[in-house]
Parts: sequence; structure tokens; C-alpha cells
Amino acid sequence: MANLTTNIAGLEFKNPVLTASGTFGYGIEFCDFIDLNRLGGFIVKGTTLHPRQGNAYPRLAETPSGMINAVGLQNKGVDYFISHIYPQLKDFDTNVIVNLSGSCVEDYVEGAEKLNELDSIPCIELNISCPNVKAGGMGFGTKCDLAEGVVSEVRRVYNKPLIVKLTPNVTSITEIAMAVEAAGADAVSLINTVLAMAVDAERQRPVLSTVTGGLSGAAVKPIALRCVWQTYNAVKIPIVGLGGIMNATDAIEFMLCGARAIEVGTANFIDPTITVQIIDGINDYLERHGCQNVSEIVGALKI
Amino acid sequence: MKKNMTDFKVVANIDLSPRIFLLKLTPADGSPMGESKPGQFVEVKVDGEPKVFLRRPISINYVDRDANQLWLLIQRAGNGTNHLVLAKEGDIINIIYPLGNGFTIDHQGKYLLIGGGVGIAPLLELGKVLKAKGSDVTFLLGGRTAGDLVLMDEFLKVGKMLVTTEDGSTIEGIDCQKGFVTMHSGLKSGEYDNIRVCGPGPMMKSVAKTVSSWTENAKPHFCEVSLENKMACGLGVCLCCVENTKDGHKCVCSEGPVFDIKDLNW
Repeated sequence: MANLTTNIAGLEFKNPVLTASGTFGYGIEFCDFIDLNRLGGFIVKGTTLHPRQGNAYPRLAETPSGMINAVGLQNKGVDYFISHIYPQLKDFDTNVIVNLSGSCVEDYVEGAEKLNELDSIPCIELNISCPNVKAGGMGFGTKCDLAEGVVSEVRRVYNKPLIVKLTPNVTSITEIAMAVEAAGADAVSLINTVLAMAVDAERQRPVLSTVTGGLSGAAVKPIALRCVWQTYNAVKIPIVGLGGIMNATDAIEFMLCGARAIEVGTANFIDPTITVQIIDGINDYLERHGCQNVSEIVGALKI
Repeated sequence: MKKNMTDFKVVANIDLSPRIFLLKLTPADGSPMGESKPGQFVEVKVDGEPKVFLRRPISINYVDRDANQLWLLIQRAGNGTNHLVLAKEGDIINIIYPLGNGFTIDHQGKYLLIGGGVGIAPLLELGKVLKAKGSDVTFLLGGRTAGDLVLMDEFLKVGKMLVTTEDGSTIEGIDCQKGFVTMHSGLKSGEYDNIRVCGPGPMMKSVAKTVSSWTENAKPHFCEVSLENKMACGLGVCLCCVENTKDGHKCVCSEGPVFDIKDLNW
């Protein structure tokens, strides 16, 4: 058994496998299928200060090797999370991470202040990259000064590890990564979904109610690997890699490109046990390659 | 109710019409099938077809406990179902079940189960369970043609049959009327205590409108419809399949697929 523990900003993870926000609910939906305590951590559904109804139906288009969603951060808000969900999650023996989103800096800050008080939430992932909300969301993640602004404001009130989730829908993801690093982010996670569109030719209409949405699944993996590799070579803070990870080999590829941990997203929809299979698969890979620690493969890509 | 992810083996794949086929499945390892309720559904993994990425939600048509079989009645509609139709005896199909909440079945009295097209599928299991509980069951099933109305022998074992076809074609021994289900003379106010509906959206909306127009004391106790919004996960986590209800967006997969018509914005 190889040592799978990994560390991000002083927070220890028993293995590098996390789940991507918006693909794993509040974790408890998966209890019939897996032991959540086996995960390195799980990142719960994107949460905003105030409740959001999300976008109109239809919100889903299946595409080759992927899907486009237009959910629009439907959630019941931070206070509901604290009163109704947190009590169900606080005793799990894994890192429960909240993905926090907002439409203005003040909302991010107030949400982060509230989450800072929760002893069993050791870390937040700041979402400045959702393509499906009109105000804010990806807006913050596409301009260096806006990204830096929101991260530094949240940094002032949030004193635990802060991961910032980046969008690939930019000219240079490394510039954004460097900006959030300078603003005090402890780590970056990437990529969020790729801005995309699906068309129904017969009806001559867009498939999604919002016309455009976010592409995820196996189709985005090559883009995500490129983003992780570029970012790994641009920043010093740890990288959490995600985007189209469907199996252990995909996860290893992200780690070779520099990801210290990975998030499994859309694959959870197809196989709710895939996360534990990936943990076991990473261990098998390490043993096969004579590695004792998972850290040995992080950034080990031979160029 | 515990959810399972199980490999099933294809026992039979039967073409019932040019568009509709029946998969009879049994757990590949021979273990007894887990529990389920009428109106719940399964998520079927479609292997070997690169155009298909997500699972396909399919309603539970019938559970044969004696034979340890799960029946899925499927209409060919796209890449997923057009691949599933190729399944051969002995093939393995991975299934997550049971999903959703199913129909309310604990009411007393007479039940009218209204189905349209392949939407008749979950009504067979529902009728079977209601009959076993001692309820009086009548089916009102509609199809474009008589050929669309499959498994009639199975339905006849469970309850009385009323049928409509759009083209006026008939089935021997069954009361067939031309038109839509809402035009059938059997759909009368005051006649039934409970109505359960599954079929195309416009048909369910039309039934809901008819039922809602009945005078208060002639209304059924409960009229429930089963929705089939496009979904990815089936587990209530992707939030793609929402229906805009009077209580906001609700997931059809985890908070439905069955809804009381009074809760919908129809």
C-alpha cells in the first residue's frame, strides 16, 4: 500500500481524490454506494450567500463524450447549509469543503465569514468561474484585477485554507492563477466547465434555456490537462486538477501535470462508486511504478 | 429505500412494435433483486456506443419477484435506446435502482391509471401492486395506433381496460375509442377516487386540466402524474431535471418523478 496522503496549505488529505462541486450534492446522496470516509475530501454543491432558484429548464445537453449544463448555481443559501446540511456532514472523517460563489464581492465576503465559523469545514473553494450565472461568477475569474480583488477581500476574513477555482474561458489561465496567488489563495483548482453550446437542428433552437452552458466530462480533459500543466509552471501554490476525470489513469495524468489533488466530477453521474475505484487505481499505479508516496508523481511529467 | 448499482443479465429482448421493445433482466450474480416501488425508475448504463455518455432513465415496467426479473419497456427514441435495442440474451447491463419516489399507493378506493404511448410502462407494476392491495384498478391507455399499445395481455390480468387510438384502430376484446385519452367516455367525474397518469407532457397536462375542471366533490382524492424531464445523474445532485413547481424548482429524479398535479404550475 503506497502512501496516498497529500497536503494542501497545511491541510492533510488521506488521499488526493476529492469530488467536484455540483456533481456530488452534499455527499450524503452517495452513501448507498460508497463510504464517504474513504475520500480525501468532498466539495459540496456551489453555495451562495442568498438562495438561488437557478436557470429555467432545460438545463442539460448530452454531447460527444460530455454534457453541457446550465444549472445556474441553484442552492438554498449559506444559512440553510449551516442549519440543515452542516449537522449531517460534520462528523464524517474526511475533509468536507464548501464551494462558495457570489455575484458581488460583499456576498463572497459575508459567505466566507459565516463558513469560517464552522469547525468541521476546514477549507473553502472559492468559485470565481461559474459560466452559468449572469452577474458575477465567471466574471470574477476572467479579469486579473477582479479575481485579485475578490480573493484578497475573502482572504481578510477567511483564515483557513482557501482554494480558488478557475475558469478555462480566458486567454491566459496562468495570469489569473498568478493574480489569485498574489492575492493570498492557498491553492487553485482548475478547470471549471468550458463555455459551450448545443443546437437542436430540427427545432432550430438552442438545447439549453440559457443558450450557452458549461461543458464537462471526458471531452474537456485535454483542455484541463493543458491548463493544469501551464499553471503548474507558473505558480508556486498547489494545484487541484479537474476536468473530465473518468478513471484512475485520467487522475494520474493530472498529477503528472502537476496536480497535487484531483476532483472527480461528471463521472459521478455515470458511476457513483468511481471515486473509490480511482483511489484504489492510484494506489495500484504507484505500486506498479515502485513509488512509495503519491507526491512522487506530482509534476513528474518527463518533457 | 436503499439504492443499488447492479449488473443485470439480459434474459430476453422482445420487439413488441416497430418502436417499442421489452428487456427482461435478472441480477447477473443470481442475487434477489432489491426492493422498489411502482413509479420508481432505473438509470441504465449504455456500453459500447460512443455517442452515448450519460445513463438513460427508464421507468420500472414490472418486477417479477418469482422469476427475479426486472422488466423495462423502452421506446426507441435516440442514440441510447437505439443501442439498447441491440441487447442480446446473456448481455450484461449495469443498472442503478430504484430511483425517485414512485406513486402514492396507500389510498383506498377505485383507481384509474391513465397512460399514453410508452408512458403506459410504469402503470403495469402500479396496477399489479394496487390489485394485490385489494384496490379496484381500471386502465385508460392511449396510443397513436393499436400497435403502440403493447403488453395488453399483461394489463388485462390486472384490471379493466379502456383504450383510445388516434387512428381509430382497435384491439379485439377491449373497449377502444377513437381519439385521445381525455376524449374517452370512461374518463368521468365522480367515478374514480384516485388517478395516476404517465405519458407525453401534453397528454398529462390535458388530463390534469380535465380533472381540475371537475366539481369539488367529484374530484379524485389525488391525481398524480409522472414526469420525465431530461436528467443526468438520477440521484438529485446534478440539478438538471428540475420542474418549476409551486414550491420552486424540484428535481424530477429525486423529488419526483411523480407529482401531485396541485403542486405543478400547469
